[in-house]
Amino acid sequence: MASASSLQHESEVTYENLTEMARRVRVDVLKMTHLAGSGHPGGSFSMTELLVMLYSKYMNVDPEAPREAERDRFILSKGHTCPGQYAILADMGFFEREELWNLRRFDSFLQGHSDIKVPGCDMSTGSLGQGLSFANGIAMAAKLDGSDYHTWCMMGDGEQQEGQVWEAAMTASHQKLDNLTAIVDYNKVQIDGFVNDVKGIEPLAGKWRSFGWHVIEIDGHDFSAIESAYDEALETTGKPTLILAHTVKGKGVSFMENKAEFHGRALNDEEMTQALTELGEEVA
Amino acid sequence: MGTATQPTANGVPGGRKPEPIRNGYGHGLLKAGQADESIVALDADLAGSTRSQWFGDEFPDRFYQMGISEQDMMVTAAGLASAGKHPFASTFAIFSERGFEQVRNSIARPNLNVKVIGSHGGVITGQDGSSAQCIEDVAIYRSLPNMVVLCPSDCIEAEAATIALANHEGPAYMRTTRHKVPIYHDDPEDFTIGKGEILREGEDITLAATGAMTSRAMEAAEKLEQDGVSALVANFPSIKPIDRDLVEILSRRTGAIVTCEDHNVIGGLGSAVAEVLVETRPCRMARVGVQDHFGRSGTPDELYEAFGLTPRHVAAAAGELLERPVPA
Repeated sequence: MASASSLQHESEVTYENLTEMARRVRVDVLKMTHLAGSGHPGGSFSMTELLVMLYSKYMNVDPEAPREAERDRFILSKGHTCPGQYAILADMGFFEREELWNLRRFDSFLQGHSDIKVPGCDMSTGSLGQGLSFANGIAMAAKLDGSDYHTWCMMGDGEQQEGQVWEAAMTASHQKLDNLTAIVDYNKVQIDGFVNDVKGIEPLAGKWRSFGWHVIEIDGHDFSAIESAYDEALETTGKPTLILAHTVKGKGVSFMENKAEFHGRALNDEEMTQALTELGEEVA
Repeated sequence: MGTATQPTANGVPGGRKPEPIRNGYGHGLLKAGQADESIVALDADLAGSTRSQWFGDEFPDRFYQMGISEQDMMVTAAGLASAGKHPFASTFAIFSERGFEQVRNSIARPNLNVKVIGSHGGVITGQDGSSAQCIEDVAIYRSLPNMVVLCPSDCIEAEAATIALANHEGPAYMRTTRHKVPIYHDDPEDFTIGKGEILREGEDITLAATGAMTSRAMEAAEKLEQDGVSALVANFPSIKPIDRDLVEILSRRTGAIVTCEDHNVIGGLGSAVAEVLVETRPCRMARVGVQDHFGRSGTPDELYEAFGLTPRHVAAAAGELLERPVPA
């Protein structure tokens, strides 16, 4: 079981602090993508609370030794929402905060999709449906080595349409990977519209259960529910756990919520002013 | 350069019986696994056919049967590599392509230490028909940055190539074949990635071959000798990197090169050799291979006859090339 970690956050995990961190992450994501002129804020916002809780309380990682062999792993299978992950990694000290403002630029290591060369990133993603297989491989290596680190994998909901996800789902249960927890950021929206209109994925919890997973269904913006789910995942033995987190795409900024439009575009100047105001940020 | 034994009168050296190239992978993987416990193997329900099962029998804890899910297998291998393991993932060459984008994005792009092994390469796969006869694997894997692409010519060379891959850090693809081919090598540990070798000396023309076609090229050289043509045979088990120095030497020494491969003539050895020639020392060239069409069911011999891949066809291509005027 992964121990509580992350040097600077360890002693201060209160919901109040987590809420402030989530607010900060959202502000950073907006600024990063605005400066880049592109990027994926909507799906970064829907997973914000899930990631803030994960990195603040659960992930045993050290910004000073990002490749340490016994560290917990986090695979962002929905690699387009890397701004959300980068903002947290910078907040934790994996790299300089100033680098965030260079997202997607030629001379920056902050690639447009999650990249293994970024300190704190454990896999290069961007092609959907592959993260869980990768996470399985890590969890299998941990079992082989008798290591007790935990592997976490964040998937999108549209991604559930990829056949490879279900190949990987079978692998994880067949290999009894109880050292692995997958999360579905179920924000109900993908690029071309609502998931249920594009190609429905329900009954999603039933699908994962039938594939041999322990499934926990939660409100993915409720820190208390997230915390309980993570604890339950770490205590589950003999099978992998899937946390089906119901979320809101664009959560936190009124005009971005539930809009496919903000899957993959940055805000313009006018929208930035309104969004930052809503997030309680002083606007110059 | 690998060690070549001199062929006997019947073209088969040392009295060693022909063996499937895939067996060399089985032997090599087992040896590599004995020497290095970070090596793990994965297969997609074809472990008996690819010969990865030999490793699995000895190291069951380090062998992962992934079922018929090649995409998952490729990326699981990538995950294992990221956590310090050295995975060898095998299936039929054609089905490895089911996970091609996975190999591209999750193995080659992050430059992870995964070896992909495709058995049953080429139309020599035979009676299973065109769905199983992979004729484009070398071309597509060669086009991926970071990837090494190997195509050993016999069982012994495949064993040596496997051990070389076990000592190589980075992604690679190796093709093996199902059916027996004559053996021209005797040292299962002598292999250098990026090197070709001269298997038979000659003056008038070069037969540059890879995989199952190397033995056909050797037979073709004997036929040509009977017609008074001295053919050099060069074996290219490493398609990427290709041995540029050797290609240039062959061009200078013989001035004419016939490439021989059980692969589409687009993108494989013929293309790799042509690319080097145009950038170094151009010479007359012909490509023996599958002429941009799919295969069909039949015995390997029937298919090689129908598709122009027999020693007779290679010799004929050499004869025609020698009659072609040297470009001004």
